[in-house]
Amino acid sequence: MTISDNVLLDVKDLKVHFSIPGRGMFQKARLLKAVDGVSFQVRAGETLGVVGESGCGKSTLGRAVLRLLEPTAGQVAWLGQDMGGMKSETLRNARADLQVIFQDPLASLDPRMTIGQIIAEPLITHKPHLSKEEVKEAVKAIMAKVGLLPDQLNRYPHEFSGGQCQRIGIARAMILEPKLIVCDEAVSALDVSIQAQIVNLLMRLQKEFHLSLIFISHNLSIVRHISNRIMVLYLGRMMELADRDQIYSEPLHPYTKALISAVPIPDPKVERNKEHIALKGDLPSPLSPPSGCVFRTRCPFAKEICATDVPELKVYDGKREAACHFVEG
Amino acid sequence: MSDIILEVKDLCASFSTPEGPVNAVNNLNFTIRAGEAMGVVGESGSGKSQTFLAIMGLLATNGTTTGSAKLLGQELIGLSMDEINKIRGHTMSMIFQDPMTSLNPYLKVSRQLTEVLVQHKGATEKEARVQALHMLDRVGIPEAAKRFDMYPHEFSGGMRQRVMIAMALLCEPALLIADEPTTALDVTVQAQILDLMRELKDEFNTAIVMITHDLGVVAGLCDTVNVMYAGRIVERAPVDFVFDEPRHPYSQGLLASTPRLDEKIHDNELVTISGQPPNLQRLPKGCSFAPRCIHARDRCLGERPALHQALPDRFNACHMEEGWS
Repeated sequence: MTISDNVLLDVKDLKVHFSIPGRGMFQKARLLKAVDGVSFQVRAGETLGVVGESGCGKSTLGRAVLRLLEPTAGQVAWLGQDMGGMKSETLRNARADLQVIFQDPLASLDPRMTIGQIIAEPLITHKPHLSKEEVKEAVKAIMAKVGLLPDQLNRYPHEFSGGQCQRIGIARAMILEPKLIVCDEAVSALDVSIQAQIVNLLMRLQKEFHLSLIFISHNLSIVRHISNRIMVLYLGRMMELADRDQIYSEPLHPYTKALISAVPIPDPKVERNKEHIALKGDLPSPLSPPSGCVFRTRCPFAKEICATDVPELKVYDGKREAACHFVEG
Repeated sequence: MSDIILEVKDLCASFSTPEGPVNAVNNLNFTIRAGEAMGVVGESGSGKSQTFLAIMGLLATNGTTTGSAKLLGQELIGLSMDEINKIRGHTMSMIFQDPMTSLNPYLKVSRQLTEVLVQHKGATEKEARVQALHMLDRVGIPEAAKRFDMYPHEFSGGMRQRVMIAMALLCEPALLIADEPTTALDVTVQAQILDLMRELKDEFNTAIVMITHDLGVVAGLCDTVNVMYAGRIVERAPVDFVFDEPRHPYSQGLLASTPRLDEKIHDNELVTISGQPPNLQRLPKGCSFAPRCIHARDRCLGERPALHQALPDRFNACHMEEGWS
C-alpha cells in the first residue's frame, strides 16, 4: 500500500483550542490547546492506533475528526473533500460513513429505548425511506453479526452486561456500514476476558467490511495488537507516528520509549528484570505547556535547545515520523 | 509461626438485597506474612475488593461478615466501631483507586496527615508535622515542605496517590491493603508508584495486599497470587508458578487473553474466555466457572470443587486437578 492509496481521511495541521474562563473578575481567559497541529491520514481498511496519557488530546482528536467539535484551525478532509466547507447535506452523508464507539458501554445507550430502537436509530435517520420490516431485518442481521441474539431486540440496555452493551454500541455503529469507526477507549471499561472478545469482534468486522478504525486507547498492549500504524500524542502534539512493529521494536522518540518501558509485562521474570526508563514528575498542565518541546520537562535527555525550539516532525526511513531534536537517522 | 501478619479463616461476606442475598465472598482461607506482597486478581464481581473491605470493617450497611480474620493475633471480625477505628490507619491501612475521593477536599494535606499521628500515636501537633513532612518527602513528593499546606485539588493524580500512601504508612502499619491503587493513573505515573511500593516493602517490611485486575502489576510486585472468581479463591500459588504454569482453567484463560507488549506480533485472534462474568445471584450449582470452561465435564456442573492443596504452597479448585476421580 503506498501512501496516497485509498486515503479516506486526511487531517492537516488540526488544532482544537478551548477558551477557559479566568478565575475571578480580572483574570483573562486562558487558551487550552487540546490538539495543536496534528496531521495524519487514515487509509481504507487500516487501523490507526492513538495512544497517550490523560490530557494528551486523543479524545478531542477523535471528536474533531467526527465533527462533533469544530476545529479551531486546520483541515479534515473526508474522501478528498474538506469537511469544514461541506454543505449540511453532504456532511450528513459523510457522517453516515463515520461512526463512533464510546468507552462507557452502558452510559452511551439510552436506558428508555429498547436495544432494537437504539440500533435502528441511525438507519431511520439516514435512510428514512426504508419500511419498518426492512429496518427490523437489518437490525436483526447486524445483531447476529456482533454476537447478540436477534430475539433480544425488545430488551433494554440494563438487562445486558458491559461486554454485551459494547456489542450493542458496535451494532449501532455498524448498521449503516460505515467506512470509518472511531473507537474511543472502546474496551477500557471491560474485564480482561471480555476485552479480548470485543477486540476480536472489531478485527473480524474490519476484515469483513473493509473498515478503517481509529483506535484510541491508553492500553498499549491492546493498541499494538489491533493497529497497523500507531500515533503517540503528548500534550496535544504528535510525538511519533510509525508502523506498529517499528514503534515497539525501535521507537525513535524518548517519550515513546518511556511509555513502552512503563507498561508492566505479565511475566515476573521479564517484568522484574526489564530496563525501565523512569520519567520525572507528572504531566504538566495543558493550560501552561512547557516552551519548546512540550515533553522536555520530563525527558531524561533534554538539552538547552529543547526549551527554546519546538522540534519539527521529521520523516525517517521514508515512512515514520518523530518530533525530537535528538533522533538519529 | 510468629511472622504471620494476617490469618483469615472461613471468611464470608454477604449482602442482603431486595432480590435476595448475594454471597460476594465465600469461605476464604489465607495467611499473609511480614514482608510478603500478596496479589489478588480477578474480574469485576469476583469479590477481590469486598474480601478486604470486610476485613477492614468497611462493608456497605447491608453487608454481613462471618468467619475469622486475625491481625497479629487479634480478631477483627465483630469488633465495635471504636475498637476497629483504633486499628485502621494504625496497624493496617488501606489505599483506594481514586485518591481524590479518599482525601478530604476541605482540609489541607498537612492537617489530614498529622491527624493520623495525633489520633493513633498521641503525638503533639509539632512532632506530627515533622514526621508527616518527612514521610511526604520519603514517598517522593517534590518540594514537600512547600506543598505541605496545600489542598488536595492542588496535587495531580499521581501526587495524591503518593499522599495517600504517605498517610497509610505514617503509623508504620504491619499490613497495607492497596485496592487498584494505580488503575486511575497514567502508565508512566503507575510505574513510579509501583517502584515506590517495591521500595517501601523492602524498607519497612510491610505486608502488602495488591488488589488489581492488571496481571502485569502483580508480576512486578507480588510474591504470591490469589486468583478469585465469583467470590472464591480458585488458585493460589507463588507468583512464578501462577504465571509459568497456571493450573486453574480460569487463570490460564486470564493469562492467555492478556496481550503482551514483549511478545512477537501475530495476527491471530486473541484467546478469549467465552461467555460473561457470572451473576452472583444466579450461580450454578457446581463450579462457578464451569459454564465458561473449555474443560468442563458433567461432574463440574453438579459438584463444586474444593480448594485442593496440590503442593505445600499451591492450591487449586478444579476437578481436573484431582484427576477427575
